[in-house]
Parts: sequence; structure tokens; C-alpha cells
Amino acid sequence: MEPFKFIRAQDNNNAIAAAAVADAKFIAGGTNIIDLMKLNIEKPHQVVDINALKLDKIETLSNGTIRIGALVKNSDLAYHPNISKNYPVLSEALLSGASAQLRNMASVGGNLLQRTRCPYFYDTSYPCNKREPGSGCSAINGYNRNNAVLGTSDKCIATHPSDMCVAMAALGAIIHVQGAKGMRSIPFADFHLLPGKTPSIETTLKHGELITAVDIPVMSFAVKSHYLKVRDRASYEFALASAAVVLDVQGGRIQHARVALGGVGTKPWRSTVAEKVLTGALNNEQTYRTAAEAALSAAKPYTHNAFKIELAKRTLVRALTTVGGMS
Amino acid sequence: MDDLQNQDEKSSGRGSTRREFLTQITVAGAGLSFAPLIVNTETKVPGSQLSVIQPVNVTMVVNGTKQTLTVDSRVTLLDALRDKLMMPGTKKGCDHGQCGACTVLVNGRRINSCLTFAAMCEGDEITTIEGLAHGDGLHPMQAAFVKHDAFQCGYCTPGQICSAVGLVKEGHAKTDTEIRELMSGNICRCGAYQNILEAIKEVQAVKLI
Repeated sequence: MEPFKFIRAQDNNNAIAAAAVADAKFIAGGTNIIDLMKLNIEKPHQVVDINALKLDKIETLSNGTIRIGALVKNSDLAYHPNISKNYPVLSEALLSGASAQLRNMASVGGNLLQRTRCPYFYDTSYPCNKREPGSGCSAINGYNRNNAVLGTSDKCIATHPSDMCVAMAALGAIIHVQGAKGMRSIPFADFHLLPGKTPSIETTLKHGELITAVDIPVMSFAVKSHYLKVRDRASYEFALASAAVVLDVQGGRIQHARVALGGVGTKPWRSTVAEKVLTGALNNEQTYRTAAEAALSAAKPYTHNAFKIELAKRTLVRALTTVGGMS
Repeated sequence: MDDLQNQDEKSSGRGSTRREFLTQITVAGAGLSFAPLIVNTETKVPGSQLSVIQPVNVTMVVNGTKQTLTVDSRVTLLDALRDKLMMPGTKKGCDHGQCGACTVLVNGRRINSCLTFAAMCEGDEITTIEGLAHGDGLHPMQAAFVKHDAFQCGYCTPGQICSAVGLVKEGHAKTDTEIRELMSGNICRCGAYQNILEAIKEVQAVKLI
């Protein structure tokens, strides 16, 4: 690990000022960045500890929006009564990720910034455009069973690893950030970037900007929602395919639908095409299957991951069946 | 065989424990190749170079005792516990948050000490396996692990026990399936899972903690 200066920030402004220098990184839970620093994939020369900042509350605003502080631990968010009762999709997504220990450490803000687990990103002996821009992608013609089928480019096919983000994409969360030039809010769909020609640039967050909170807007029908994750082992594993589903069914028809996929996309994959199929349609299996076909219609398989396309469709159909059958 | 026995007798004759021996060879190796990352402000490790590139002061309460340390910023809580505070009960397995052997309780919550910098623990209360027992009296979870034979080689056991204590305090695991799911961050290569489950269930059932 490269040596680095460690700074304990006392407040937001203090933290943002300390992180303004090049090669500076914030640290909250540390579960991802410390792992990457040990492997010399992340090499910050200044680490700003933000754990003393007052960003660890979950509040309900007067309009019903839930405001989640960036430092709220994944486990605290998952077990918060308002989340587990009214937004089960988010609670289930969080609890399907990592282990109990890691969820006690990992922050909401850090989860938004998780890096991919593509094996070639982790193995510094291989070229990787995300790790070393311009060096090439080893996964496209390598062992790519776990890689993405949606949103890929000829520079990168790495999946986004987060479960929490898939649920937040479905719920239309808003991310609040603070920088030297003030505060701004970013709709969830605009936060993560497709790899395109610059896979090393993963979000629209600017250097030195601090994530302060994530808002979950009011969605009364989200009480009927579900996150289904399919993986190689029953627990403590990243998704091969996952689906976050929210349905509002009235009189046998789907009035509103939110759908997002994980494990198959280069970013948390909100599927507006599937939502269009579902909205106004009869609440039945044929509709679910049509929606799943639409969700994966743009999928592009690579040598070892074609199975993910059918797996993702079936995952989505099963999640829709579960939520569509809720009374 | 005779030679080996003689070696053992010679070692024990010097009063050198396995851990002291390992420490000695580690320090000797470190002196040749790289500087150790940890410096003790009060007592220095004999024979080491003790260069700390980016020192950080941190005060934490470990098993009820206040500890003020100066560590290189790169030192994890795990390495600080084992190599600085000489508490080797917390184990280093994968060192990447994948096995759970390094699990300790920070402010009552179970975490992976290998993915936490010691510098991040300012003001925190740390409980390790060494801090669970009261004198010679085992913690109920330790006693249950012994009773149910919940280990074989024992390497993952300190992490399993700390994790199990955290799990019971969290109160979210009601069924066998839930206990297994919420203990999935602790890997046991000997496969003592069934007996670990029984130990945890017993402690939960009688509300011992």
C-alpha cells in the first residue's frame, strides 16, 4: 500500500477543503477502498476520514421524502422500520449484499461509489481500461462469465456490483452532493455513467465533491415491492442477475411499475422499456414475460455470459410474479 | 524423531513460545526487507527500524483499557491489535473482508478489523476475543462453542464467536436459516457450521447475553 496522509475531518466544509488536492479520497466505511488500496488499485496520497461528520441520520421530511444521510450504515438503513415496512425492495437489496459485518461498516454514500468486481480490474497484471485508461479490456476476450450484457462498450464490460443501487434506481432516488462551489442534487439515473470510451469515469461526481444524503421520494405503492438476487451461492456473493420490482396493481391491471436490474448492467439498470410494457397492462404472467423480453432486448452476450440474458429474464419474471401476487 | 524432540526441548528450555518465535523471525525478516508499519510510543520493538512514514495518533478503548497509539496511517485495526497491542486472538485470514476471521466488536457492533484503518477508530470501544471472558469465566458464547464442539482447527473461532455475539445483540435472527444467513460472513474451512448453529441457538434460547 502506498503511504498516505490521514486527515480527520470535523465538518463538511473541512472535509471538502481537505479532499480538494489531487489524489485525495474520502473514507467512510472503508470496506471497498481499503481492499483496493491493499491491492494498489486505489493509491490516494491523502485520505480524509469523514466519519465524524453529522451525516448519519435517517429523517422523514414534511413532504414524506425519506432523507438518508450519506454515513448511514447499510444495516441501519435495511432495518429502519420505515424502509423495511414501506420500501421492502430497498431493505431486501441491502440485506442481500455482502455480510452482516460489512453491512455494519459500509455507508450509503460509499455503496453508491462501489467499484466493479471484474477480475481483470482486480488483477493488476492484466490490462484494464477502468484501472489504467487506454491499456485495453482483458474481459471482452477473456473469462467474462460474470461480466455485463447491458450497457457495455468496446472498452469495458464490467458490471456495477451494488444491490442497494438497483433498488434506489427503481425508486428514483435523488443524490445530494456538496462541493467547493456549493450543493447540487443529482437524479439517480444521471449519477452513474455508462463506460463508453472512458470507463474509468464512473459517476458524475466531481473530484472533491462530498455525497451528503440520498432522498427516497414518496411512493405509496412501494409497499408492494421485492428484490430478487440470483447468485452462485446462497449468501455473501455478488449477483449473476437481480431484479428490483415495484408494482401498483388495481383491478387486475398494473397502474404503475418500477423495474431495475443488477448483475447484468455496467450501471444500476433501470428498465424504462419494461416499465412501459407493464404500465396499463393486465397483471399476468404473459405481461411479465413480455416485459422481461423488452428489458433484455438490447442485451449483448460475450463468450461466457450468454446465460445471463435468460437468467435475468427469469429473475425478473419471478420478481414480478411475487410482487404482482401480493394482496 | 530424536532430533526433533531435542529441538523441542531446546526451544522450551529457552522459554520461547511459538508466538515469540514467530515474532522474532518476522522482525528479523522485516529488518532486512522493509520497515514495519507500527511504532509503539512507549516501548520499541527490539532490532526493528521503526520507520513510520505517515504517523497518526489514535486513542481507543480495547477490552476496557484505554490505549493511545501512534501508527502509520496504513495500519489496519487488525494489525494494530495483533502486532502493536500484542493481542493475537483476533486472526488474520484473507485480509480482504472475505472470511470473517478478523471479526471484532466496535462500539458493540461486529465488523471486519482487516478493512478498518486503526486511525479510523479514534474514541471507539473495541472488544476482541480476549475481552469477552471475565477472568477464568468464559463468556456464554465461548462456553457454548466448547459445549457444542463448534470448531475443529480453531482458526476461525475467535471471529465466529465475536460475530455470534454481535448477531445475538442485533436480534434479527430468529430461525436457523436466518442465523445461517447472518453468519455467512464467517467462513469455517473445517465445516463446523452445524455445531456453531447449535451453540448460537443455545445462547439465544436462554438469553445469556
